[in-house]
Amino acid sequence: MPEVTMLEAIREALFEEFERDPAVVALGEDIGVYGGAFKATEGLLAKFGPERVIDTPISETAIVGAACGMSYLGLRPVVEMQFIDFIACCFNQVTNFVAKSHYRWGAPVPMVVRGPSGGGVHGGPFHSANPEMYFVHTPGLKVVYPSTAYDAKGLLKSAIRDNNPVLFLEHKFLYRRVKEELPAEEYTVPIGKAAVRREGRHLTILSYAAAAHTSLEAAQRLATEGIDAEVIDLRTLLPLDREAIINSVAKTGKLLIVHEDTRTGGIAGEIAAIVCEDAFGHLDGPIARVTALDTPVPYSPPLEEYFLPSVEKVAAAARELAQY
Amino acid sequence: MDNKLSREQHLELYYFMQLNRQLEERLVRLFRQNKVVGGVYSSLGQEAVSVGTASALEPRDWMAPMIRNIGTLLVKGFKPRDIFTQHMAKATSPTHGKDGTSHFGDLKKVHVVSPISMLGDLIPVMAGVGMAGRYLGQKIVAMTWIGDGGSSTGAFHEGLNFAAVQRAPLVLVLENNQWAYSTPVARQVPLKNLADRALAYGINSRIVDGNDVVAVHETSKWAVNECRSGRGPILIEAKTMRMKGHAQHDPAEYVPKEMFEYWKARDPIARYEKYLTESGLWDEKAKAKIDARIERELDEDQKFAEESPLPAPETAEQGVYCEGCHTVEPEWRRAKEEVMPPAASVEAAWKISDYGAAVAPPHPAKPHHKPPAQHQPQPAQPQTPLPAPAQLSAPAKDQAKAPEEGQDVSQAAPLRVPFGRGPKDRAFEREQQQNQPAKPANRHKRRRR
Repeated sequence: MPEVTMLEAIREALFEEFERDPAVVALGEDIGVYGGAFKATEGLLAKFGPERVIDTPISETAIVGAACGMSYLGLRPVVEMQFIDFIACCFNQVTNFVAKSHYRWGAPVPMVVRGPSGGGVHGGPFHSANPEMYFVHTPGLKVVYPSTAYDAKGLLKSAIRDNNPVLFLEHKFLYRRVKEELPAEEYTVPIGKAAVRREGRHLTILSYAAAAHTSLEAAQRLATEGIDAEVIDLRTLLPLDREAIINSVAKTGKLLIVHEDTRTGGIAGEIAAIVCEDAFGHLDGPIARVTALDTPVPYSPPLEEYFLPSVEKVAAAARELAQY
Repeated sequence: MDNKLSREQHLELYYFMQLNRQLEERLVRLFRQNKVVGGVYSSLGQEAVSVGTASALEPRDWMAPMIRNIGTLLVKGFKPRDIFTQHMAKATSPTHGKDGTSHFGDLKKVHVVSPISMLGDLIPVMAGVGMAGRYLGQKIVAMTWIGDGGSSTGAFHEGLNFAAVQRAPLVLVLENNQWAYSTPVARQVPLKNLADRALAYGINSRIVDGNDVVAVHETSKWAVNECRSGRGPILIEAKTMRMKGHAQHDPAEYVPKEMFEYWKARDPIARYEKYLTESGLWDEKAKAKIDARIERELDEDQKFAEESPLPAPETAEQGVYCEGCHTVEPEWRRAKEEVMPPAASVEAAWKISDYGAAVAPPHPAKPHHKPPAQHQPQPAQPQTPLPAPAQLSAPAKDQAKAPEEGQDVSQAAPLRVPFGRGPKDRAFEREQQQNQPAKPANRHKRRRR
């Protein structure tokens, strides 16, 4: 089997789910004839037709609203935000209509909102967002943010089959940069389960999406210095895999959290609170975090590089933590 | 008032309007006794809109009411007890105390989508309901309501525009009750008739006297039939008047007294009672019988609600997610094969019927054989309707068969805008540069002609 990129893996997941279940439909801007801004839906219209692959006006509220209505009749719509930044335009529809539907009146909304997220590609303040925490703070949603092609495919399939609304974030820096061979046979990856990317003894680095690769690279560098870091990829941010977090902290006694989202209100704070509640006795040092700055994502390359977490920043924080 | 309805249908319209009013009067009393947890959003004076519209729907059809449309819920099949328990936040309410007022629904039997407080959001949702029904072959119509104030929201525009582009079977009832909380309609929309907004979406609309239940019903029947025949969406403006404040707390002192008096003289129920009497459709005895039935039903359901327990506190934590409590399975009314390849497969290309220029026709060989499009009044049918399968599947040679449109096919075919940096994008860019015809020197001059 040839290696496939994360983007191709996402496309494969869509094609396979469209093939498996005629209740799966897609809506979004330029997803049909054009195949999507990043070509994630390329070929979908040709194969499955305009009733299932719907090119929409530039109306994020209408797209998410209509998808919600479709899901009430048992369809499983997959919505594409051209860039995830634009989900701000339909924040109300996602957080008030979709997310509260099951709790308020027992109406499940089996839909997926997926979109290219994250920085590192010089997209500037409106094409680089990591909006996960707006939605991690919204009960009723699930939030998934994979870092590998394998996970992207398996998690997207799980998201489509889930009876709850799932926000599926795709890191656009990884779209064409991560590659791997995928199993020929059908598989899914469960939502809500973290993955251990590297076993280690001295400290735990918790991360997800592009920052998981940054963390892994930092861990490899640290290994040459005699620091053995465990790297955990959260994969799902809501619901969090508390067990995986606690188990790793219990093992290493030290925790560094790395994310590309901004610092204040980022998930690092929530994880730190969970560890203090449930694993305080295991801690041998302060909980450390490496995050993006508390600013919008800047455009110019040197500014964006300064803004983002880097291998150097992660390694430096890990070295300091390891000394405790 | 027209008289195409049977006597039974007339009496049913009366029953539901009076049930709506009496139920709300009881809710007001319960509110004053502190038995209602939240607010009571009265629809006094607007009963004919709720009852006249919802009664045009069939059981298979879907609707999503607004907070004042209690009458629609009764017509569609919910019971007064559902509304009592919702307002009193009881464990027996349809939402088990999770939400109040008319914020509830039912997916399986009654086909009602619960409203939320953010106005306009139901419009795209119900467009999606209509589209899904069409996709599944169910031949359903979706109906929802919006107020004069709610028609100022972005969701109203996005939803109605999308519904129109998709020709969704959606009836949107714009219930113009003159007041959005304390703001008069003239401060919301600079139009005398809100139905005129339909023109902007290329859809059909009608204006109806919202205090004439039969007129509302017949207009709604027409709209539902139009949508079922594939000629949706339809916008109905029902002109009526909110006879109370925004909710119980609001004495509505901002409304001129004369305005209340004007509309009080046009009360939909008093007017209909007079009509039924004058047309000989009922007598005192028949009316008394219906009124007694309403009293009896309301007594029973109010008692049920008052005696119902409040929900157990710990249930607050339950039900955020569907964890296997629901099965999600669409009801197919067409062969699934139709939406699967190879039957569903098409050529992924747009068919463009004209170049959209303001003045000159696109092809220089065919000058001015028609008056410019901009001088024509806009037709109700949009120029580029929903890309139906047949249209999209038309092979490239069919596109070449439209020279009467003055179409240069070599220019029309590629609608692909290079975005990425992949090999396909680069190849496309190169091809575009090579195929670029030399620009005529007088291009700008010609365009202004």
